[in-house]
Amino acid sequence: MKFTDEHHALYKTVKEFGENEIKPFSEEWEKAGIYPAHEIFKKMGDLDLLGITKDPKYGGTGLDYSFSVVFAEALGHACNASAIMSIGVQTDMATPALDKYGSDLIKKEFLAPSISGDYVAALAVSEPNSGSDVASIKTSAKKDGDDYIINGQKMWITNATQADYFCVLVNTSNDSVHHNKSLIVVPSNTPGLSVGDKIDKIGMRASDTAPVYFDNVRVPQAYRIGEEGAGFTMQMKQFQEERLFLTASTLIAMENCIKDTIEYCTERKAFGKSILDNQVIHFRLAELQTELEALRALTYKACDRFVDGKDVTMLASMAKLKSGRLIREVTDSCLQYWGGMGFTTENPVSQQYRDGRLQSIGGGTDEIMLQIICKHMDTLPKK
Amino acid sequence: MKIAVLTKAIPSYESSIRIDSSSTWIDESVVNFVVNESDSYALEEALQIKEKLDNGSEVVVVTMGSQDNTSKVLKDGLAKGADRAIFIQNEDSNTDPLSIAKLFSQNLKDENFDLVFSGLQSDDLGSGQTGVLIGELLGMSTATLGIETDIQDGKIKIKRELESGWFQWVTLPFPASVSIQSGINEPRYPSLKGIMGAKRKESKVIDGQLSDDPKQNFINLFVPKTEKATEKIEGDVDGIVAKLMDILKNKLRVIS
Ligand SMILES: Cc1cc2nc3c(=O)[nH]c(=O)nc-3n(C[C@H](O)[C@H](O)[C@H](O)COP(=O)(O)OP(=O)(O)OC[C@H]3O[C@@H](n4cnc5c(N)ncnc54)[C@H](O)[C@@H]3O)c2cc1C
Repeated sequence: MKFTDEHHALYKTVKEFGENEIKPFSEEWEKAGIYPAHEIFKKMGDLDLLGITKDPKYGGTGLDYSFSVVFAEALGHACNASAIMSIGVQTDMATPALDKYGSDLIKKEFLAPSISGDYVAALAVSEPNSGSDVASIKTSAKKDGDDYIINGQKMWITNATQADYFCVLVNTSNDSVHHNKSLIVVPSNTPGLSVGDKIDKIGMRASDTAPVYFDNVRVPQAYRIGEEGAGFTMQMKQFQEERLFLTASTLIAMENCIKDTIEYCTERKAFGKSILDNQVIHFRLAELQTELEALRALTYKACDRFVDGKDVTMLASMAKLKSGRLIREVTDSCLQYWGGMGFTTENPVSQQYRDGRLQSIGGGTDEIMLQIICKHMDTLPKK
Repeated sequence: MKIAVLTKAIPSYESSIRIDSSSTWIDESVVNFVVNESDSYALEEALQIKEKLDNGSEVVVVTMGSQDNTSKVLKDGLAKGADRAIFIQNEDSNTDPLSIAKLFSQNLKDENFDLVFSGLQSDDLGSGQTGVLIGELLGMSTATLGIETDIQDGKIKIKRELESGWFQWVTLPFPASVSIQSGINEPRYPSLKGIMGAKRKESKVIDGQLSDDPKQNFINLFVPKTEKATEKIEGDVDGIVAKLMDILKNKLRVIS
């Protein structure tokens, strides 16, 4: 990836924004179990940070995806994985399909206020009985005049309690599972839509995750994104951005974890010397830093190809897989070197350990990433 | 209203600073240059004045130095909302404030700025003279340490920070040169559209030569030596106390 002055300047704005507007409040938000998405998004919208690649006609800046990767990486300096994930949902998970395939009406009503930071968006794909197996979702939308009537339940929805609308994957016909789905935008105040209690989680505590229930929810058919039946394909394409974002946004967390650990291990003495002086420790940290740089290179390569208009499903899945594996390795190893201090809750490393664990689950599990990679390598068992 | 904001690229606090082989300057090749802190406040104040007046005022960022160190600084100013930039290119490491002020004045004279804002001081050299000297050389009224500004009836009122929590309001006629204290406002972040638009704004490059007769030179730049010495006081208690008192009174002079 070639970094221009503009990439560097964007990095600086996002880094400073994260350091000043998010990081200082991290502890408070973690305790509260939620963070003020509307307030943060409005500030980010004012800086044009929520529509980097989006259509300029609706307030976006229309840049290529390399700027989004820089944005995601720089966001790491905010040091609050919950807020970073929630921002990613807004910019790279719930809205790419609206931008690429949405009608003028959808873009005006939903995309433009998401870019300006007036609306909080959420992506509702997973269900209680369908996570990895997206094709098996049960939520359905039946036509009724000019409307759809939606029934079903979504699960694990990030931003759910604050969202102004949901980008929902539903079944709109009885066709085969890959051709019966559509993405529909559903405003959160539509009668029949209700959001359940926040789910208590081991990490990402400042992010509100909740189930969403649809009980005869009536929305105009005009709120469907793109063609009927194209939802599965659109969602699969939207996953490329999601996975690139998720990977890039963890790089700084890992880097900080290694840096903080070096600092701690330098100060901490045992057996008459700093614990960093033990080869087993400084070699291990060097190894992790090397892996991190390799992941960064893979992320940039995937981004380059994506910018060139290539399908990067395999590379993005590899990056996402590796980031899930690596953040677990980095945080686990680093935590170990903090000894008892690592086992306390108010410690940046232990927070990354808890938050980072999601990376192997959310946005597609490690196993699903492996399955996708195998499909591209053509190594899955032949039926 | 035409406002110039002087902005300087200084080594960032995060850079590791090494003295170069001449022992009169630092090794710039390993340093990351950033905008001098108080200059950011000066720029923000200028932008807020422009926005408040809302009468087509112009904010111009002005810097001097080498291309490599300053390009980011000018772009940052343009991205934040300055209308254009003036870059006085000069690779010289001469740090004499009078020579620098003269070069600025010569090149800014024809612009006829109503206001020149500068930061209170540059965080690298800290001489705090450039703004005042330029004001004098261009026949402007001057004030330093501004912590509030108010434009009224064709004049600018400046609240100045004095010692020990004292303040002073002064009213200056235009043209005026004012140095701005850090903390006066909340500098904005450059927006993405501002960043992308910066390259389309006018940036004038002037080849500038500093005087070859500087009134001030660096003779030797050095890192303060830290020496640790432990003095052991031995003897009976009375002897130790007497010796300790002597050291505290006469050597360290912390008691009298
Ligand atoms: C904090 C959080 C936030 C989330 N945010 C959102 C959101 O905003 N929107 C949204 O739609 N979803 C969201 N999710 C849901 C997330 O995408 C799913 O949890 C994830 O896809 C896994 O689905 P599941 O939990 O149903 O696990 P399951 O699909 O039940 O999987 C359980 C285990 O089985 C493994 N497995 C499944 N199939 C195979 C196979 N073929 N081969 C090998 N192993 C297999 C999985 O890898 C996993 O290890 C979120 C989840 C969490 C925890």
